[in-house]
Amino acid sequence: MLPVPDISVEPESMILARGLRKSFGRPGEEFEAVRGIDVDVRRGEAFGFLGPNGAGKSSTMRMIAAVSPISGGELRILGLDPATDGPAIRGRLGVCPQEDTLDTELNVRDNLYIYGRYFGLPKGEVNARVDELLEFVQLTEKSRAKVEDLSGGMKRRLTIARSLVNSPDLLLLDEPTTGLDPQARHVLWDRLFRLKQAGVTLVLTTHYMDEAEQLCDRLVVMDKGLIVAEGSPLQLIRDHSTREVAELRFGVAEAGESHAALAEKVADLGERVEVLPDRLLVYSDDGDEVVARVHERGLAPVATLVRRSSLEDVFLRLTGRTLVD
Amino acid sequence: MPDLAFATGVRRQADYWLTVYKRTWRASVISSFVAPLFYVVAMGVLLGGFIEGDPDQLEGATSYLAFVVPGLVAAHAMQTAVGETTYPVMGLIKWQRVYDSMLATPLQVQHLAGATLSFVAFRLITTCGVYMLVLAPFGVFESWWGPILAFVAQVLVGMTFAAWVYGFTARLDDEQAFGVLFRIGVFPLFLFSGAFFPVDNLGDVGSWAARITPLWHGVNLSRMLCLDQVDWSTAAINVTVLVVLLVAGWFWALAGLRKRLSS
Repeated sequence: MLPVPDISVEPESMILARGLRKSFGRPGEEFEAVRGIDVDVRRGEAFGFLGPNGAGKSSTMRMIAAVSPISGGELRILGLDPATDGPAIRGRLGVCPQEDTLDTELNVRDNLYIYGRYFGLPKGEVNARVDELLEFVQLTEKSRAKVEDLSGGMKRRLTIARSLVNSPDLLLLDEPTTGLDPQARHVLWDRLFRLKQAGVTLVLTTHYMDEAEQLCDRLVVMDKGLIVAEGSPLQLIRDHSTREVAELRFGVAEAGESHAALAEKVADLGERVEVLPDRLLVYSDDGDEVVARVHERGLAPVATLVRRSSLEDVFLRLTGRTLVD
Repeated sequence: MPDLAFATGVRRQADYWLTVYKRTWRASVISSFVAPLFYVVAMGVLLGGFIEGDPDQLEGATSYLAFVVPGLVAAHAMQTAVGETTYPVMGLIKWQRVYDSMLATPLQVQHLAGATLSFVAFRLITTCGVYMLVLAPFGVFESWWGPILAFVAQVLVGMTFAAWVYGFTARLDDEQAFGVLFRIGVFPLFLFSGAFFPVDNLGDVGSWAARITPLWHGVNLSRMLCLDQVDWSTAAINVTVLVVLLVAGWFWALAGLRKRLSS
């Protein structure tokens, strides 16, 4: 007799994780990729896992996709246990993996049609759905094209269309726009935003703060297998950073002085100062004031920029590291 | 019932494999039908012309052609099975990652293996079937029912190899080991498992070594049935060995694939 799970699953909870862990490798020399995280994703929200490469985002996603068995803790997807109800869960999920797993020798349409058949959908229904999805991802004209001949952005859109073929309740997107050019990213964001408007629950991982800010209602910041903060993008910025940031770049003229030494000279101008390899970040609610005071002190940065705080700053604050190395 | 039924999961991949076959059948015609006929002509007809048709020397065959044909088809079943379960399966697992995409759907590892091996069975049935039909007019079969059972034996030995090589591929990191498999596995079996000459010619030790290879069991069954020279107790041993190996190979393959794909 299996023990009865001690977590109560509310019907509106799409993903519920408690103390979730994932480790790889032989016993004794294991590597722990996810080290005990709690997650609760509600119906209709867009939820993000933000973190650098190696933070444990993809491992978490694979467990949520009911593909990778959990190593510890508890996990319920759509109220079901992935260890026993994998097929039923996956039948209601859409998965857009980090690397495209399209069949490069099939044409665009066949990639969608054949995938729909894996879900047991009748032929007529799949055909209608495929037409609809090709339209949605703007690939109708490429319907007979080989996957090999598509651009990176088109392949991503096709992968997203494929993940929607079973009309999923929950769509998982692992690094959906990594490697795409800015225009292709905006096209993709637009499509994802429409899905969100249509009520599809989105869960995505990203190491792009702009992506997280654009798409996520709520997100968790992951670092080294743990969740270090949780909230809406705005709230995270408000809680962990100042309203504005003054970026100061010093040229070679100041070579005699290290960035760290320069940081000491401006430390009192903001709430805190971060030293990056190429610039100083001074956190303050009034960035212009900081820049004016820096010049008053006889320091001459070659370039200055005043901007609003972003999730990048939150991440830097929480982990001491930048998102994209 | 949390697991998807086996037959349901396999059937859902029918469209995939049909599309694959539509794409590859032209290329497979050469390797499946033309190349084996070259063997029949070169070894059976031309080389065989120099060999005396002595039934005492040729396990009951009245000509070398009649002797070599049942063995050639069985050996060809092995080669087809190995061909379909090496590079193409590595492609599904690693290069194309088709299996990864399938596992994101309700399909499970046993359905993937089941459908892939069903496709191999289809390839064996068509290849061996056509091969046997083409050979019928050569007057090498001694009864009408023998060749039909021989055909079943050929598919069976092919599937036994398919299951084991599939399991082998599932455990490989890359394709390097295929060369070793072909050179020290498939090629010696092809030459020394009794397809081209009676294994008694290999001496006491050699003939027993040949008789423990899976291919010999298929070759022997195929030949006894085609020549209407069936020793039913030997046939029972041949069938048992192949069926036991097939079942064991299936479970070994599933274990390997499961470990490979669900980490």
